[in-house]
Amino acid sequence: MIAYIRGAAVLSPQKTFTKPGFPDEIIHYPDSAFLKCLEPNYRDYIDPMVARRMSRVVKMGVCAALQCMKDTGIDMPDGIIAGTGLGCLEDTGKFLVSIYANEEKLLNPTPFIQSTHNTVAGAIALAIKCHHYNATYTHRGFSFENALQDALMQLSDNPSLHILAGGFDELTDHSYTLTKRLGLWKNHAVDNFSLYDDHSRGSLPGEGVAFFMLGGQKGTHDFARLVSMKTLFEPDVKDNGTNITRFLREAGTGIEQVDLVILGNSGDDKYDRIYDPLTEGVLANKPCAAYKYLCGEYDTSASFALYMASLILKYQKLPEHSLIRGKCPEHINRILLYNHLRAKNHSLYLLERC
Amino acid sequence: MPRVFITGIGIISAIGFDAGEVYQSLRNGRSGVGKLTLIDSVYQDEIPVAEIKANLQELMRIATPKINGYYTRNALLGLIAARQAVWQAALDRETLRDTALISGTTVGGMDRSEGFIKGYLAGTNKGMIRQVSGHDCGDSTEKIAENLGIKGYMATLNTACSSSANAIMMGARLIKQGKAKKAVAGGVDCLTRFTLNGFNSLMILDRAQCRPFDENRNGLNLGEGSAFVVLESEDDVVRTGKTPLAEVGGYGNACDAYHQTASSPEGHGAFLSMQKALDMAHLSPADISYINTHGTGTKNNDLSEGVAIERLYGNNVPPCSSTKSFTGHTLAAAGAIEAVISTLAIQNNCLFPNLNYSEQMHELTFVPIQKYRPEFPLTHVMSNSFGFGGNNSSLIFSRI
Amino acid sequence: MEQLIAKLKNEIIEVLNLTEMTPESIDENAPLFVEGLGLDSIDALELIVLLEKKYGLKLSTADEGKTVLKSVRSMAEFIRANNKG
Repeated sequence: MIAYIRGAAVLSPQKTFTKPGFPDEIIHYPDSAFLKCLEPNYRDYIDPMVARRMSRVVKMGVCAALQCMKDTGIDMPDGIIAGTGLGCLEDTGKFLVSIYANEEKLLNPTPFIQSTHNTVAGAIALAIKCHHYNATYTHRGFSFENALQDALMQLSDNPSLHILAGGFDELTDHSYTLTKRLGLWKNHAVDNFSLYDDHSRGSLPGEGVAFFMLGGQKGTHDFARLVSMKTLFEPDVKDNGTNITRFLREAGTGIEQVDLVILGNSGDDKYDRIYDPLTEGVLANKPCAAYKYLCGEYDTSASFALYMASLILKYQKLPEHSLIRGKCPEHINRILLYNHLRAKNHSLYLLERC
Repeated sequence: MPRVFITGIGIISAIGFDAGEVYQSLRNGRSGVGKLTLIDSVYQDEIPVAEIKANLQELMRIATPKINGYYTRNALLGLIAARQAVWQAALDRETLRDTALISGTTVGGMDRSEGFIKGYLAGTNKGMIRQVSGHDCGDSTEKIAENLGIKGYMATLNTACSSSANAIMMGARLIKQGKAKKAVAGGVDCLTRFTLNGFNSLMILDRAQCRPFDENRNGLNLGEGSAFVVLESEDDVVRTGKTPLAEVGGYGNACDAYHQTASSPEGHGAFLSMQKALDMAHLSPADISYINTHGTGTKNNDLSEGVAIERLYGNNVPPCSSTKSFTGHTLAAAGAIEAVISTLAIQNNCLFPNLNYSEQMHELTFVPIQKYRPEFPLTHVMSNSFGFGGNNSSLIFSRI
Repeated sequence: MEQLIAKLKNEIIEVLNLTEMTPESIDENAPLFVEGLGLDSIDALELIVLLEKKYGLKLSTADEGKTVLKSVRSMAEFIRANNKG
């Protein structure tokens, strides 16, 4: 199931939305407990009478989607599919708090309406009056992959289609506090450039929004070709190497053909150790790069990695500090991306230069 | 592309703890709508709901999860229903390892999270943090997977009230494209203070039993439940000699794109999803024997859906009913619950009624089924599920 | 009455998050829904909550809502008529 990445629009803690910006310019966060997105001027994209009701993440989602459509010249996709691990948290929190604050009486309906996970995909469809296929997936570290899988299947059925597929997750004050209590994050602020030297428990929380325009047929200005994608639920650590080999074989290639590997190292020692047998085994001679030091850890972070991989293939250069192993290859024609979210949700992507 | 069959069904709802009980309730006109007892709310005496009369401990006893963990009400309901389906389809442990699991839910673990928040608001270091560990929508799906030993492709959808309809659609698509041999697909949503207050703030909750498609309808009754179906390809069914229950004949997903919550007056999205389902099944409107409508009982949905039905079916609207008058509106679970109900209708050749109906809507010419009708042969059944955000889905189930 | 109208305009701007508007830009006699400000059904609910929260006035039917919420002036008159403003 092949898809061509026609274009993408990404909001992240890096300058991914502005031009010039990422990956030539990398923002250094020398002392941060979390990473937050750089935001555009929403007024440039959304009518204030429409935006007034939207939470931050919904505005970001709509902006990214509209920019992606503008960049690719496809103003009516044949489907809109989004993935999000935790949905629209800010409004969920707002409504929950109001239930208790007002003892269930006289509650404002707006935050409830805006709290549903499918608000972003719905808002995009509303903005362009798109009556085509519309879906939202929400399954932890598979959320973005679920959305992509759906898109890939549609393109496989009908390669002439264009599908707008994306991932989004936001970090709110409450969600940070609660997930910190669950032990997910570092206890201290970090320098994102030294995230992988830290070797302590917990990762660096982040957030992001990314929308991709996917086509089933080769275009003239494609960023990259997504050759294959696979998800694995709680695989045995000892099988990880064979899983990679099998994945590549099923895609008609092998590890020898891979020029660069992008890994989902998050800075959390416990979970990053899962990559060690791979970098010492099947990936032993491969240059490896990381990406979560740029965007932080969140359920749909692989969408940022997909964007980064696409840019690397198109422009043949790596972001500063991304290489964590080996030397930068001279030509990068094929990238393997491997991410897992706290050992439960593993995903593999194979991308090729167009 | 291979045909996709339903080989197992599982359901737990306010009208029954399994398919047998649900069928008996439907044929005997026994609605599950009544008083709210299990959630602490100022609306306990005011807002009727279709509640499953079992608290968490009782659900734990029924679900008997094998894997240690923190279980939300959703996870338990989902496990109960999914296991019934898997058992009926006789899927063994080895088969389940390669089986896909697609679920739909909107509330996730909110029943536990909202309990936690009260303490947390008094002090951010207060409360048992474990209570929010199952908050996200993927939690119940993974709990089902872990307990049943499912390791195939896994996904969870949240498209509001059409979530589990889309889950069944995705399950069927995976099989048709050869991405999975079998799929367990469905959904779950339990009652929560969050949704109770959310829908109340929208002023669309009836203070009496809901009256779908009635001129004097006044809103919906929230319900809770879970349902799952096992989907298998025709080859697999033939090879194993199973007797399938129904075929997933067609499906359609379209977006109304009219408003965040309201459906368009002409029911554009509804019309499109129904038309898409018919096109996919290579059927015409005349082929549909029964429509299980979305029929929530709100002024807006029933008008929008009714207009769309008349646009599509013209003067030949088939018998239709909303079984939400029995089960309440189970949000994400509705699509799957109604898929199971549609399958029961096909299996038993009967029509289930639309309760609490007395006056025809002035805008429509058709009238829903008012009494249970046995010995009514069904060939193709259409089931509609329309969600906030304009997420409209229609499924067609066919006799084999 | 004019003071009440001015107060209402500010409250409406706040509760409906009309950040781009000022009280001066809202015509108290113009329709609030469909034309004029172009508010929708969610805004209607928010205004119903506003009337009850700030003025203790409950709208009993949807039709009553349509009349009362026609314009800022009709809202003010409703409040005055019920001795609440």
